[in-house]
Amino acid sequence: MYRYDQFDRSFVAARVAEFRDQVARRLSGELTEDQFKPLRLMNGVYLQLHAYMLRIAIPYGVLSSRQLRKLAHIGRVYDRSSGHFTTRQNLQFNWVRLADIPDILAELAEVEMHAIQTSGNCIRNVTADHFAGAAADETVDPRPYAELLRQWSSLHPEFTFLPRKFKLAVTGAAVDRAAIQVHDIGLEVKRNERGEIGFAVYVGGGQGRTPMIAKKLRDFLPERDLLAYCEAILRVYNLEGRRDNKYKARIKILVHEKGLEEIAASVEAEFAAQPVATAALGEAEIARIAAYFAPPRFAALPARSAVLEDAQTEDAALCRFVSRNVSAHKAPGYGVVTVSLKPIGGIPGDATSDQMDALADIAERWSFDELRVSHAQNIVLPHVRLDDLPQVHAALAAAGLATPNDGLVTDIIACPGLDYCALANARSIPVAQEISQRFADLDRQNAIGELKLKISGCINACGHHHVGHIGILGVDRQGEEFYQITLGGAEGADCAIGELVGPGFAADKITDAVETLVETYLKLRRDPGERFLDAYRRVGLGPFQEALYADA
Amino acid sequence: MAARKIKFDWVAATANDLKGGEAVFRRADGSWTRTVAEAELVPGGEAGAALLARAQADHAANRVVEPVLIAVDPATRRPLSLRERIRADGPTV
Ligand code: HEM
Ligand code: SF4
Repeated sequence: MYRYDQFDRSFVAARVAEFRDQVARRLSGELTEDQFKPLRLMNGVYLQLHAYMLRIAIPYGVLSSRQLRKLAHIGRVYDRSSGHFTTRQNLQFNWVRLADIPDILAELAEVEMHAIQTSGNCIRNVTADHFAGAAADETVDPRPYAELLRQWSSLHPEFTFLPRKFKLAVTGAAVDRAAIQVHDIGLEVKRNERGEIGFAVYVGGGQGRTPMIAKKLRDFLPERDLLAYCEAILRVYNLEGRRDNKYKARIKILVHEKGLEEIAASVEAEFAAQPVATAALGEAEIARIAAYFAPPRFAALPARSAVLEDAQTEDAALCRFVSRNVSAHKAPGYGVVTVSLKPIGGIPGDATSDQMDALADIAERWSFDELRVSHAQNIVLPHVRLDDLPQVHAALAAAGLATPNDGLVTDIIACPGLDYCALANARSIPVAQEISQRFADLDRQNAIGELKLKISGCINACGHHHVGHIGILGVDRQGEEFYQITLGGAEGADCAIGELVGPGFAADKITDAVETLVETYLKLRRDPGERFLDAYRRVGLGPFQEALYADA
Repeated sequence: MAARKIKFDWVAATANDLKGGEAVFRRADGSWTRTVAEAELVPGGEAGAALLARAQADHAANRVVEPVLIAVDPATRRPLSLRERIRADGPTV
């Protein structure tokens, strides 16, 4: 993985020192809240309902064991022995004290991590496919490009005061596990017929109040033009993006209002105006960064593992786990393991410090010291030998981390909602917990098959409800929590925004409503291979509305 | 916070503690407490505005952050809104 160079190291150290001084001045009263707030936000410090919250970036979701152990340690010392993984490949500590934050940042810097640009109107943490460098279906490893973008966007002097926040996502596989079409800029790394690397460039996607699917600006941008082209997009946005209305300030609104043609013309003109010699990425620079992401030394193994298959005959739980949570790896004899942070009835995305330590140990021993954080609020062990899966499964089970529900109805994405978030209208976590308990039976979950359920506590859509097969949005109806349901959203290559099914449901009716939707699907699906999303696309809202509102 | 509520209901002043960030409520003696039941309750309107002004002075003095008035049921001394009950009690999960 990428290692800080001297510049990165001294820069982060200087930022920690600077923030330490700012916090001291705030606590002594020298700085007012109005003066301090923008400074703390630049360092990822929010004030939530019950405490300060620190958001730490996990660039493109890649973590080493050492880094995860440090997060476990910080959780133990400064929080309540846990941390919360979010949909943007960040980790949030919900219970930190302002006075401790400089020490936390200093500890993070020891393992080459920070919280810079995790808030504010700047370019946020660059996200990527959590199976990057591992998945069998990957064309090109997106991480070197994500790292180039991270370096380019870190404190880029031109882009520290954008009209609004700006999010980039990169995938190197056509299936798109990075949800690139709901990002401000989405990039798919690919190869042309000549084998050259380039990018499909999407712009203007996003969720929130006004969900939009991104539009494709280029089908194949040459590799060398990556940064220059992104810079051209940012320049156009920085100049033309609206600053008069916070709700219309994202690039998606600009793209929507101007239309694809006009935006494309502006971006291309800006791009053409750049001096090629200085703007283009050199081959040496790309190679230098790519070297950090060289594949680990995979052993030459047969594609099938007799050890695993023997163990599976003995152990049904292992079998379920393997069939559900292990995905195809590019190296024969290896698998990509998804570790669910969605135990039945748990808080989606939460991991205790002990669990983080256990994961770090497992990754060190069995996954080349590497972990990933997924936007689905799960953890990934990217490179596990199939022969080792029985041991890995046992170690995960011992840590309470072997829930075999990847992609199933209980693998719910939920934002913190009204239990923590100052912006929320309704709670998300208890809704997720109740649905999870209702569908706890694994046989039933497997019979239902892939079903992505996503819950947000307000229209900001941190819980990605717009792209849930079933999306749930919490609203405030005259002081009561109410939940609206959307159907048919999807986040991958077949990206779609879910459609509102009808009037919302009270908190004590929402789980029943989800169950009605699921039962309706089971009755109308053609065969078990027709997923909820496929069935919805075939039949539309009608049958679901009838079932939900039959008695209304 | 709807102006209407402040006018007619009983209100307390709440804020977050500067150092720890905890939700805190202003007592009649000017100290801040984690326990909403100990908060000074005044009718909305002028008394509420005066309470808010006192709380804002504590903000200006860097003791608490961003005080606001919240509606509280005088019988139970519990905040009326779910959001404020969660702030007072902690997460429900
Ligand atoms: C490597 C080859 C195998 C594959 C790919 C495989 C795949 C699967 C799959 C897809 C399931 C369904 C998971 C679920 O519905 O929860 C499953 C469950 C199961 N498998 Fe396998 N399986 C394999 C080998 C075996 C063998 C050889 C045995 C035993 C003779 C076995 C015993 C079971 C049992 C008992 C279950 C049910 C688990 C439960 O009810 O909890 N599997 N396996
Ligand atoms: S969706 Fe709303 S409630 Fe949920 S975390 Fe985001 S801002 Fe908070």
